[in-house]
Amino acid sequence: MNDVHDTLTAVVREVCAKLSGAEIRARADDGGWNAPLWAALEELGMTTIAVPEEAGGSGGTISDAVAVLQVLGEHAAAIPFAESCLLGGWLLARCGEPVPRGPLTATVAGDGLHVVRHGDKVGVRGSIRRVPWARQAEHLLVVHGAGVVLLKAGEFEVLPRTNLAGEPRDDVLVDRSLRADRDLGRGLTEASSVLDEFQQRAALSRAALLAGAARRALALAVDYAGEREQFGRPIARFQAVQQHLAAMAGEVLAMRIAVDAAAVAVGEGPDVLAVAAAKTTTSGSAGVVASLAHQVHGALGYTAEHPLHRTTTRLWAWRDEGGSEHAWAAALGRRALGAGPGGLWALVTATEAGR
Amino acid sequence: MTTATSGRERLDLWQLRPAVLPPELDQVRAKVRAFVAQEVSSGRITTRCDQWLGGWDEAFSRRLGQHGWLGMTFPAAYGGAAAGALARFVVTEELLAAGAPVAAHWIADRQSGPGLLRFGTEEQKRAYLPRIARGECFFAAGMSEPDTGSDLASVRTRGTRVAGGWRISGTKVWASGAHRAHAMIALVRTEARTADRHAGLTQVLIDLPDPDVHIRPILLLSGEHHFNEVVFDDVFLPDDRVLGAPGAGWQQVTSELAMERSGPERVLSTFPLLSALVDRLASAGSEASAPRLGALVARLWTLRQMSLAVAGRLEAGAAPAVEAALVKDLGTRYEGVVIEAARELGGAVPDLGSADPVALLLAESILHSPGFTLRGGTNEILRGVVAKELGVR
Ligand SMILES: Cc1cc2nc3c(=O)[nH]c(=O)nc-3n(C[C@H](O)[C@H](O)[C@H](O)COP(=O)(O)OP(=O)(O)OC[C@H]3O[C@@H](n4cnc5c(N)ncnc54)[C@H](O)[C@@H]3O)c2cc1C
Repeated sequence: MNDVHDTLTAVVREVCAKLSGAEIRARADDGGWNAPLWAALEELGMTTIAVPEEAGGSGGTISDAVAVLQVLGEHAAAIPFAESCLLGGWLLARCGEPVPRGPLTATVAGDGLHVVRHGDKVGVRGSIRRVPWARQAEHLLVVHGAGVVLLKAGEFEVLPRTNLAGEPRDDVLVDRSLRADRDLGRGLTEASSVLDEFQQRAALSRAALLAGAARRALALAVDYAGEREQFGRPIARFQAVQQHLAAMAGEVLAMRIAVDAAAVAVGEGPDVLAVAAAKTTTSGSAGVVASLAHQVHGALGYTAEHPLHRTTTRLWAWRDEGGSEHAWAAALGRRALGAGPGGLWALVTATEAGR
Repeated sequence: MTTATSGRERLDLWQLRPAVLPPELDQVRAKVRAFVAQEVSSGRITTRCDQWLGGWDEAFSRRLGQHGWLGMTFPAAYGGAAAGALARFVVTEELLAAGAPVAAHWIADRQSGPGLLRFGTEEQKRAYLPRIARGECFFAAGMSEPDTGSDLASVRTRGTRVAGGWRISGTKVWASGAHRAHAMIALVRTEARTADRHAGLTQVLIDLPDPDVHIRPILLLSGEHHFNEVVFDDVFLPDDRVLGAPGAGWQQVTSELAMERSGPERVLSTFPLLSALVDRLASAGSEASAPRLGALVARLWTLRQMSLAVAGRLEAGAAPAVEAALVKDLGTRYEGVVIEAARELGGAVPDLGSADPVALLLAESILHSPGFTLRGGTNEILRGVVAKELGVR
């Protein structure tokens, strides 16, 4: 497993390094995306990792996808990777549909969207808020009460909005009557478990991106501490700064292990405990890592010019996406309260209660 | 541009991966869990906090030995089960989570035994390991001294070469359980200090009690007699009492510290309190406490995965000293966070005399809390170890 991951991540790392020059980045900032990076990863078959080969994907495990996502998070890569393979591609495969080329996105319909079947038509009307990468996506999958609908670019209107990091999180308006075969939910018997699993995958995706971004924040801080001199020596020589960096490393490693362990767990099937713990951990640590990174960088890190903000604004944005640490902690807390007398340990170890 | 693809990419730290427990350990876990439940329900033991420090129960240690749960990683020839670090992890975490009294054998099982196995002579191994595995031989660790704390290389206890052996003089402090232990492994200076301050140190084995070793209690603030001052008054040790090679003490004690720092006890000292707190809030129907509890459970889940990952590295034969230091820093701070949460949510005044488990476990945890972030290397020192790995120290 480690060898596969190391090879995978080395390839993605190399592609990211090649395709994250200033010019590409500038286009990707503020609602844009990194189209060359997408194209390169699509060419390599990376954008359908963890989508079964029968559905036209590249195969592989959730752990593989999560390993790639961490590298992408590290590089602040502006592409809908998670949306395409772990969410959209997975939904299509679940529905027995082939996965098309091009970027996908996927979301859960809120109260604002109505999906109604009339004979051989399905009516899709209303709005969905904060859809990741809607303006770039060639297909949009929407999980709704009774199943999943597939919309193609052009069939929905995009009201551009962004998250704190300037990544597209668009509002989407739809008013369409489509052929009934767009209502993919028919093939799905248990729509509610699909919704749960979708939410777990969305949270795990953001957790993985967070773990990657946190690692970049640490690397930037370590490098900067070695370069910046005050009082006649690099600030890394000051023990207070060393202790900040070590504390960051602790959070960064916690985030990584939480994400990797949750990916292993979810690879065996939906696992709300592991996902809730991983997202609570990564979202909670994201804020700590961001503020320590800024503290070490001084005023320079607070500028538009310095690259640190690309990482810290993502830490601040992603910690709230896919459920904040507060939301997931509440869910986990309710499980703990429901675990029965002495049941906490069995819950934490995912084993049979014996006490 | 600075990137994470620099030399730091290859740091051992980032090689840490989650360890997946093999399914056969489920049975081991179930057995330990059932055994401890039986011990508790029969009243032979009671659930308390920080019992790897405070719970000295020799009979319980022997019962664990009878089940094959001590010295598990020793080869069968020395009374062990030749089980791996992951098996030992499962057994120890079950005992800790249950708040079982494991202090008597803790140091022997965790560090002295493995040290003997790695560095000891055949005769030393035969003399101690089977007894450790039976729960009949307990060890103390003699590192700290009055003027030697975090700066362990500064030990002054001297070993002087004499015909046929060594004479040891000096004072060790904070020696846990030395007043009841059968032996101590002590770090002593056997050559004068040179520019290389790590050179000239040696580990020696001292059987206890000994007429020339004077052991005096140093009481904890709670009044408990846990650790001791140990004075070596010109103690004669024959050559066969040296552990490993004379002069190699620093490298050996570093490996001992890696064992000492790596385990789940660095996360779980206050787990019995957390468990009692959850039970209390559940029976009170306290939905409002869910987010706070969930955050505690999430952190625990993650720390356990980290601790397990360290055990996975041990199982693979690595020496994950930096990883262990990092996990210990996070874990021991978490032990304190549990206390604050219990104060906030538990609705109980800490009270050692209370029959209310939350009040009792809270009192015990608070009184033991100063030790969490000191013993086995302070958190500041641990973060220094991590900073060094990051290349900034
Ligand atoms: C419950 C308990 C049981 C113990 N059992 C044993 C035992 O069985 N055997 C044994 O040998 N020892 C034992 N110890 C001792 C333990 O190893 C020491 O307490 C520990 O190594 C710290 O040493 P010190 O207490 O002398 O503190 P000091 O080293 O004096 O440190 C005091 C403070 O200064 C800080 N400090 C020191 N140096 C630095 C630095 N370079 N940078 C930043 N901060 C620094 C420390 O972090 C700490 O906050 C035990 C301790 C406790 C609390």
